[in-house]
Amino acid sequence: METEELLINMGPVHPSTHGVLRFKLRMDGEIIKECTVVMGYLHRGTEKLAEMKTYLQFIPYTDRLDYISAMPNNYAYVKAVEELAGIEVPLRAEYIRVLTVELNRIVNHLVFMGSLLLDLGASTAIMYGFREREKALQLYEMLCGARMTFSYFRIGGVRDDLPDDFMSKLNEFIKDMEKRIEDYKGLINGNEIFMMRMKGIGVISAEEAINYGMTGPSLRGSGVNYDIRKIEPYSIYPDLDFKACVRPECDSYARYMVRIDEMEESLHILRQIADTIPKSEVVATQKYGIAPLTGMPYTAQTYFPRIFIPPAGEAYSRIEAPKGELGFYVVSDGTTKPYRVKIRSPSFCNLTAIPKMVVGLKIPDLIAAFGTIDVVLGDVDR
Amino acid sequence: MMIANAYELIVYILTTIGVYEPINNIFMSFGLDDILKIIIMLVEIAILFAFVLVTIMFLTWMERKVVAMVQSRYGPMVTGPRGLLQPVMDGVKLIGKEDIIPEKADRWIFTLAPFIVFVPALLVFIPLPFGESLIISDLRVGLLYIIAISAISPVAILLAGWASNNKYSLLGAMRAVAQDISYTIPLALAAIAVVLFTSSLSTVDIVNAQAGTWFGIIPKWFIFIQPLGFILFLIASIAEMGRIPFDFQESEQELVAGFFTEYSGMKFAMFFLAEYAHLFAVSGIIVTLFLGGWNGPVIPFIPVQITSLVYFLIKTYAVIFFAMWLRDTVPRVRIDQLLNLGWKIMIPLALLNLLITGFVVTAGVIQ
Repeated sequence: METEELLINMGPVHPSTHGVLRFKLRMDGEIIKECTVVMGYLHRGTEKLAEMKTYLQFIPYTDRLDYISAMPNNYAYVKAVEELAGIEVPLRAEYIRVLTVELNRIVNHLVFMGSLLLDLGASTAIMYGFREREKALQLYEMLCGARMTFSYFRIGGVRDDLPDDFMSKLNEFIKDMEKRIEDYKGLINGNEIFMMRMKGIGVISAEEAINYGMTGPSLRGSGVNYDIRKIEPYSIYPDLDFKACVRPECDSYARYMVRIDEMEESLHILRQIADTIPKSEVVATQKYGIAPLTGMPYTAQTYFPRIFIPPAGEAYSRIEAPKGELGFYVVSDGTTKPYRVKIRSPSFCNLTAIPKMVVGLKIPDLIAAFGTIDVVLGDVDR
Repeated sequence: MMIANAYELIVYILTTIGVYEPINNIFMSFGLDDILKIIIMLVEIAILFAFVLVTIMFLTWMERKVVAMVQSRYGPMVTGPRGLLQPVMDGVKLIGKEDIIPEKADRWIFTLAPFIVFVPALLVFIPLPFGESLIISDLRVGLLYIIAISAISPVAILLAGWASNNKYSLLGAMRAVAQDISYTIPLALAAIAVVLFTSSLSTVDIVNAQAGTWFGIIPKWFIFIQPLGFILFLIASIAEMGRIPFDFQESEQELVAGFFTEYSGMKFAMFFLAEYAHLFAVSGIIVTLFLGGWNGPVIPFIPVQITSLVYFLIKTYAVIFFAMWLRDTVPRVRIDQLLNLGWKIMIPLALLNLLITGFVVTAGVIQ
């Protein structure tokens, strides 16, 4: 019988491409013969914009990269600039930073879980995920007034100290999440249909995953113990007790389970921070660049100069963002604006591995595998 | 006096209140007594049609409310008390939508397909016993008729998918046909096992065979002597209805909206209505075959027609609720996994069930 190959353009407008992404699929009936990822629909020229903004002005733009988890973006950029200028960050500020980043990891994985299940056709998980996310977002709202685009980090610290009742609210959240994670495990992890859809699907070996530059939970799902918090400890992570979650199975299910485990680890970190957070300034007190106007009150808001000039040089700094390794490469030429900012985003590198995973599988598997990679298109296209 | 169907019931009611004779005489005097029969039948059909439409509207509301309940939300609350008028507003909105026919689509088939879907969804209701004597027509081949009529809808879906000239539509339609063929077989085999007990395909006979109790406690429903058959029939009918976990004809995450991707306005509404009519009909058939149909404890002083209707509706809505609950809980299986389940597990199990049932009936263990 004569058959014809079907060319399907999935996206850029499609319910499960998590934004504006396009897959070009060559199909033999339901089986994918070739998959090409076409990206760039959300390109906003963030890296170029950085060259036209002062160091401080660029912080809000980092929020818009991975908008599900904006705190780590803030962090990675601010950390790079601090390394460039050699700024010491007060200990309390480091604790607050790790707190917000780990809270954001939980938020990110909740959204991941919800949207993955939605991709598989179960509509309830996303509602549950968003219900818990809402509580975390309220915490963020207390902290900085924003729910998604925080711009909370400042070079040398964070914008404000924690509000008075923040810790009690955080403890409530932690208690609530402990129960909820158990609920998710009961509802999803053992579900027959879920296992059928996830186990042995979207397999990528450890070697291939490394070659594609995958990082974060997606790589750890392939059995590679690669967590920047562990291999290149930064901030207060060396003092905290947590483990990098690794699964050896290399399939979609492993990538899902890594993230569920990570939520628990993040909760564990939050608990430790809630117990041990020290009292100090929340923004660096050393002087650099142009001094603040005389007569201004000495607060975190006003202390740090709006116009900040780091010495000429370059710095690359990377952190373990919820989606993987997030790196910022900042070059300074001794003026008020960066000469060049390069963003190494985890979603972009992880996404390139999709064609390798899905050849020979079916469209529903593509959706499932794509869901477990957990990309945000703002992060892919920048 | 035994009232066999809804026609006789209407005649009986009219006779009791004393208007049947005079009206009949008027028609007789013109020699048009057949016309009266046709009028009564039309009234009957109008009642059924109205009932089905109201049920569909209620079901769309109920679906939203059940989903909302599971997902800890409120669901529709604004239009009418607790959002009850939401389906009406949806209808108004859909009628107001532009009716788009894609340029490259096959105009005739594209327009015809929604109606071909909707008609069998209504026809299924003809031999469905809503209650004692509340049946349009007690066909002697009722069960066969139901299975045959529901086999029409994949044809219409294929027409819709093909005529849309859209790749997603075509994939959705082909999936729907593959799914329907694989699941009609276990569905029919599970139903045949019930027929072995009743020796009749008539739905009324099947319900009557389930009257009474064993040991005065356990109702004589076929679910208790056909548990495997019941599970098979339930799974197969959820697959037939095309609901999660088997909603391949739509599978919105993969195929946008499956075979009705290109449809808008009232044509889309027709598919939507047919889906819910089908949901109610299939749930009604499950109740008829396995859950004792309209049977239930007799309550004195209330006509059996009313109590039986109430029992039937309670049971049917329980099945519908189960289907909705399932939809909100589980993810979708993959199309090849679905076909494997159908051919490799369900059909052998259904045959095994039939074999065992055959032995049991021949040996006369259960009366």
